Amino acid sequence: MTQLNSFIIAALLIVLLGFAYQSGWARSRKLVTANGVKIHSRSQYHGALVAIWVLIPALLILGLWAFFGPNITRAFTVTQIPADVVATLDQPALNAAIQRLQALASGYGVSGDLAPYEQGAGAALRNFQLVTFLIVLAAVAVAGILALLFARSRIDARLRARTHVERIINLLLLACSAVAILTTVGIVASLLTEALRFFTFISPFDFFFGTVWQPNNSGTAGNYGSYGILPLLSGTLMITAIAMLVAVPIGLMAAIYLSQYAHHRLRAFAKPIIEILAGIPTIVFGFLALVTVGPFLRDVGNLVGLDISATSALTAGIVMGIMIIPFVSSLSDDILNQVPRTLRDGAYGLGATKSETIRNVLLPAALPGIVGAFLLAVSRAIGETMIVVLAAGNSPVLRGNPFEPVATITVSIVNQLTGDTDFAGPQSLVAFALGLTLFVITLLLNVFALYIVRRFREQYE
Amino acid sequence: MDMLAGKVKRTEATINTMATRPDAHTAPDRPIRINAEDVTVHYGAKQALFGISIEIPDRAVTSFIGPSGCGKSTFLRCINRMNDTIEGAKVGGTITLDGENIYDPSLDVVELRARIGMVFQKPNPFPKSIYENVAYGPKIHGLARNKADLDEIVISSLKKAGLFEEVKDRLNEPGTGLSGGQQQRLCIARAIAVGPEVILMDEPCSALDPIATAIIEELIDELRENYTIVIVTHSMQQAARVSQKTAFFHLGKLIEVGPTSDIFTNPVHKQTQDYIMGRIG
Amino acid sequence: MTDTPRVATLTSAERTRLIHSGLRRRHLSEQVFKGLGLAAIILALGFVALLFADVLRKGVPAFVQSNLHLAVTYDPAIIAVEPAPIREAGQSDADFRAVSLKWQRDVALLNWNKVVEASLRAAAPVGFEIDSKQILTTAETDARHRIRELFVADPTLLGKTVEVEVLASANAANWIKGNIDRSLPDTQQQLSAPARALIDQFTANGTISSGFAWSILGNVDSRAAPAAAGLAGAFVGSLFMMLIVVVLAVPIGVASAIYLEEFAPKSRLTDFIEVNINNLAAVPSIVFGLLGAAVFINYFHLPLSAPIVGGLVLTLMTLPTIIIATRGALLGVSPALRQAALGMGASKTQMVFHHVLPVTLPSILTATILGVAHALGETAPLLLIGMKAFVASVPATPFDQATALPVQIYLWQGNENRNFFEPRTAAAIMVLLALMITLNGFAIYLRSRLEKRA
Repeated sequence: MTQLNSFIIAALLIVLLGFAYQSGWARSRKLVTANGVKIHSRSQYHGALVAIWVLIPALLILGLWAFFGPNITRAFTVTQIPADVVATLDQPALNAAIQRLQALASGYGVSGDLAPYEQGAGAALRNFQLVTFLIVLAAVAVAGILALLFARSRIDARLRARTHVERIINLLLLACSAVAILTTVGIVASLLTEALRFFTFISPFDFFFGTVWQPNNSGTAGNYGSYGILPLLSGTLMITAIAMLVAVPIGLMAAIYLSQYAHHRLRAFAKPIIEILAGIPTIVFGFLALVTVGPFLRDVGNLVGLDISATSALTAGIVMGIMIIPFVSSLSDDILNQVPRTLRDGAYGLGATKSETIRNVLLPAALPGIVGAFLLAVSRAIGETMIVVLAAGNSPVLRGNPFEPVATITVSIVNQLTGDTDFAGPQSLVAFALGLTLFVITLLLNVFALYIVRRFREQYE
Repeated sequence: MDMLAGKVKRTEATINTMATRPDAHTAPDRPIRINAEDVTVHYGAKQALFGISIEIPDRAVTSFIGPSGCGKSTFLRCINRMNDTIEGAKVGGTITLDGENIYDPSLDVVELRARIGMVFQKPNPFPKSIYENVAYGPKIHGLARNKADLDEIVISSLKKAGLFEEVKDRLNEPGTGLSGGQQQRLCIARAIAVGPEVILMDEPCSALDPIATAIIEELIDELRENYTIVIVTHSMQQAARVSQKTAFFHLGKLIEVGPTSDIFTNPVHKQTQDYIMGRIG
Repeated sequence: MTDTPRVATLTSAERTRLIHSGLRRRHLSEQVFKGLGLAAIILALGFVALLFADVLRKGVPAFVQSNLHLAVTYDPAIIAVEPAPIREAGQSDADFRAVSLKWQRDVALLNWNKVVEASLRAAAPVGFEIDSKQILTTAETDARHRIRELFVADPTLLGKTVEVEVLASANAANWIKGNIDRSLPDTQQQLSAPARALIDQFTANGTISSGFAWSILGNVDSRAAPAAAGLAGAFVGSLFMMLIVVVLAVPIGVASAIYLEEFAPKSRLTDFIEVNINNLAAVPSIVFGLLGAAVFINYFHLPLSAPIVGGLVLTLMTLPTIIIATRGALLGVSPALRQAALGMGASKTQMVFHHVLPVTLPSILTATILGVAHALGETAPLLLIGMKAFVASVPATPFDQATALPVQIYLWQGNENRNFFEPRTAAAIMVLLALMITLNGFAIYLRSRLEKRA
């Protein structure tokens, strides 16, 4: 029934729009042929403008109905249930009664015996639904036609229909770019409000300077557990540092080799293959860290007499480093290529070898850009989630040994916010305080890095 | 500043009278330093140079002229093997420096470039201090035993390039902060610091204003007493002013070569004549 | 400063000797540097190769499943139930459904394990001694559902015997594939000694055979029947989310890129929007998950773990990527084309939509596909909007509970039956990677094709 209704409304709209377009188009054509005057805009634009005029009131009415309709219907349904029956029903039972009536009205029927009032009430509801639907339909049609007549009457040779249509397109485009802003606003607002709620349970001081992370997930007032972020922060930083130790030398040297030494065939082959690493979902890296790299490191540790846990900061860090290699290498590659060729020529012309040119001229010239790239990589490592969820071992204890399990900010967000909590206690709200911390750290890194990279680009433009 | 003004005046005079130095137009009867025979260059499938043969005299200025894209810069870059750094470039024929084939596989290109310095079209100081820019060559080649040696090389090179007086108080400031003409002289000082025998200049004044150009030309004239200089220029006047020998390139071929005065006053080939008369762009 | 410099006036021979003496060292360091670069390339390429090799090595065996071919007899002695109801005239939909459901419930309450056991015993060698509980461990627990569903669909099967193919249990599959050390003592084996012997007998007499594991592709996730667990639900969930991303992120992203690049006046506001979009592109994905949890779930009360929420979150995440790529493409269009269009009297809007946009289409398409592929592999934000839940059905609409391929991988890797689920997880990764490679390949193909035409 409702599907059929939507279909009818959609059909009506299409007919209205088509008719409106046609009518605007025809009228403006007539202007041309009848008077031979030169009209400002081509007929398509007149048609489109009329169609837009029709669409706006129609959508307005439909929107209002979508918003208020369900409540009105519900209110009507309740009036159909005898007052003495309503009085006996609690909220869930009332909802059930309404659902039964709606099932009756839709003609599907209900199982079980009918209460005396139900048959009549169902029929009344059915009528009501039909009538309201027809009213809405009529309202849409009337409003549309009125708008059509009005818009049509405005058509004359001087009407700047194209300008109007283009202004509307412009507004639509503007609305679309507002989405990105709204996203940022949404992120900041939701993180802030929920984090502030968290801080009504746990003081910011205990959160930012606490050295113990021990949430009591079933705890009630007075027994929430400890929410010190420092163990998580230290885990995050340790893993990030290990990742950078892996990614920076390999990524940078790979970029240097590919851009300065490699034959173009090797470059054409190796560059996309290395970049495959960037496209692989992090859950895949996490899985391999867990089942392959971790056990491998543990065995290596046993061999050399080191006690390395299979899930540890080292495991997560190394695998994350591998994941970041293409990020570092492609950014560095870009930056190295932006250093003007004349600088390289200058060094070659003095008799510098290739590596001397690269080390003494190219890298110093590219340094700001490369530092920016590294900061972006750091920010990515800090925000990475799945690898650490699977491979870091989730042990939120403040310690400095990379061979032992750790926990990070992201891991704790995933652990605390499982999706089925109601955000009532600090146990789930802490995820937002953690998220806010993460957001601020990465934001600062990004802003700074992008600023450096931008300055670097301007220097050589 | 006074010195600068004086130079400008002199240059204006030079421009007006088209070279007044007594030996400016005489054919240099100096020993041959560089000898090129049948040099060809291919970039991939495209041939850029066709059988260039030329002799370049010692301690004189030889200029290459011709319309843009004629191959004069390409040939210049063959002389210190800068074309090696371009992927897909292939050089044929032989070029000898003091009788030694510079394309001999046993020859070390690093060593060669220390002997044949180069100055580029656009001033390209390294993003380092003025001092470091000049000191870089001697450092990598191990020419200075200690800091005092290095200081000495840097200062004498800056002096030779006529830049020392202008920058002596700010040797530690970045080289990129200098004016265009100063930057180009810094690049010349940088090249001189390695102690080359030959200096190649690829349109060294094309990015400079007339005053800076005049100063550089003046400098080239002084340097020729100690160095073999090859200069590529798109300005015939410049070639006439600074060089003793001129070679005219067109469409990758060497059309005519001879003493500068002959080329400009009495060209043999019609193409040369057309170019000098401004009929070829 | 002395006026008779020594070093600056070295003779050329002396200088050459000095330069020459340093050359060996310099060339050595050149070789070392170059070698380091090559080593980095080889390492990076090696990581890619190892990654794929490891996934394949682990995942490929999981694509082989062990099938049990059974002759199932629908014995009326076990299946004691009234005949299936037939719809009477005048019965309402709801009433008939109620009766049917009651009958199905009755059928479900029968002891179908007895039917399974009987058919397993029929396939076992005569006189093979094994108790009921043990013999049932050889077949996957969903065997009884399969057999029951056949009966519900066709009640006339009562009393007949039909050939049915069911899955061997996960433990049996492990035993057959050698994933379990056969020499382990009974106490450490998941199957009893008679059950293991029976499985070997079944393999020998052809009751158990190997086949391609369509179950991975065609089934939904299952906890009770690990061998039957598949990716169908997750696949459809991912598909819904991709559709939402394509339908929302592409038009909005392209539109805002057009506005920012072509129409927006250069002002502080547009500068701010630009910085904002660049930063949004680098915000950790998990933060988008928090946004989804707070706004879509907690504020708008959209359903938990539904593709609609996942799709919206991924849309917001993908949007900056598409905007940045599209802006880059628009920026690359030559001013000559714009001037030509404007010179013909086209309005700015006409110029953009008729001339500039078509030229940039290949880049936009490629960026879109890459963005969608990236969204396809995203896990963390989905966990935060409740997609950790176990879902054993294929979602019919984007509002139903569902999971996604990467989340399914996350769920499977955490399964306690490591021996069986580790390969299966790798197999799921293979499916995900295959999808992503297909998408990327398609993007490359499309790009080269469209660019050739342009």
